[in-house]
Amino acid sequence: MNPIMNFVEGEIAKKYEYPDFRPGDNITVDYKIVEGAKERVQAYRGNVIQIKGTGASKTFTVRKISNGVGVERIFLYANPSIVGLTINKKGKVRRAKLFYLRELVGKKARIKERKYSK
Amino acid sequence: MTNFFSEEGKNIACTVVETGPCVVTQVLGEDKDGYNAIQLGFGEAKEKNTSNPMLGHFKKASTTPKSKIVEFRNFDIDKTIGEEVNVDEVFAEGDVVAVVGTSKGKGFQGVVKRHGFHGVGDQTHGQHNRLRAPGSIGAASYPAKVFKGMRMAGQTGNRRVKVKNLKILKIIPEKNLLLVSGAIPGHKGAYVIIEK
Repeated sequence: MNPIMNFVEGEIAKKYEYPDFRPGDNITVDYKIVEGAKERVQAYRGNVIQIKGTGASKTFTVRKISNGVGVERIFLYANPSIVGLTINKKGKVRRAKLFYLRELVGKKARIKERKYSK
Repeated sequence: MTNFFSEEGKNIACTVVETGPCVVTQVLGEDKDGYNAIQLGFGEAKEKNTSNPMLGHFKKASTTPKSKIVEFRNFDIDKTIGEEVNVDEVFAEGDVVAVVGTSKGKGFQGVVKRHGFHGVGDQTHGQHNRLRAPGSIGAASYPAKVFKGMRMAGQTGNRRVKVKNLKILKIIPEKNLLLVSGAIPGHKGAYVIIEK
């Protein structure tokens, strides 16, 4: 990237330190929500199905099944509203993008757990 | 372009503009030139690519050759020739500015791209070669001419464009950088004029 853009993104983007998660992992994102004057933290738990982009526009997509409906949410890494991120389970997958999960339901849509680190 | 989070947590798309250091290369006055203005130079140019008259012009301001010089009328800040103008002297965060630049050239384009015509809209019912055609450009024996300004195909882009009502989100004075909300005209590395 252009050195000026690199400098600017380093300067303005939030410095984040998340645990090292990968596509297939089951994570919980703690997201700050402002309702009128009140602020609260909402936890969003699901599987990471995609990590995309670099720098200030790097994002990850979390998919979960909510009341039988598939819900996907895209988060910016540098979003200051993310106050916490935890890994619940590491997944064993063979792809970087897990879009095939959208076609699967029930037991087929499970991800095997990665028990041993490489 | 990049993105910037405001204090309310809103994600705003913004453009990074390098604004200096600019050097005053000439001060124009009412009595001599007929109007008040200040001429700023920006960007380094090679000496061998600068003409002798321009070299003399830059020498008068005791500065190095610049690649771009622009006049600004009604410049509020008092500056003398040869002085540097930095970004934080002129702009403040939250200012509303207009950005002038040369838009990206798109060549000779048809009316669909150039003026947003909708084309024929159907590929069936006998259409085969008029999908993006402009249609009628006027009536027949009266008025017996095509009105001036009729929107037709032609050169698209590569012209002077001004975008108004852009906000300055952040200033980085040590590198003379500005973050302006939204998109601005021109390709990467192009010269723009920022008006307050």
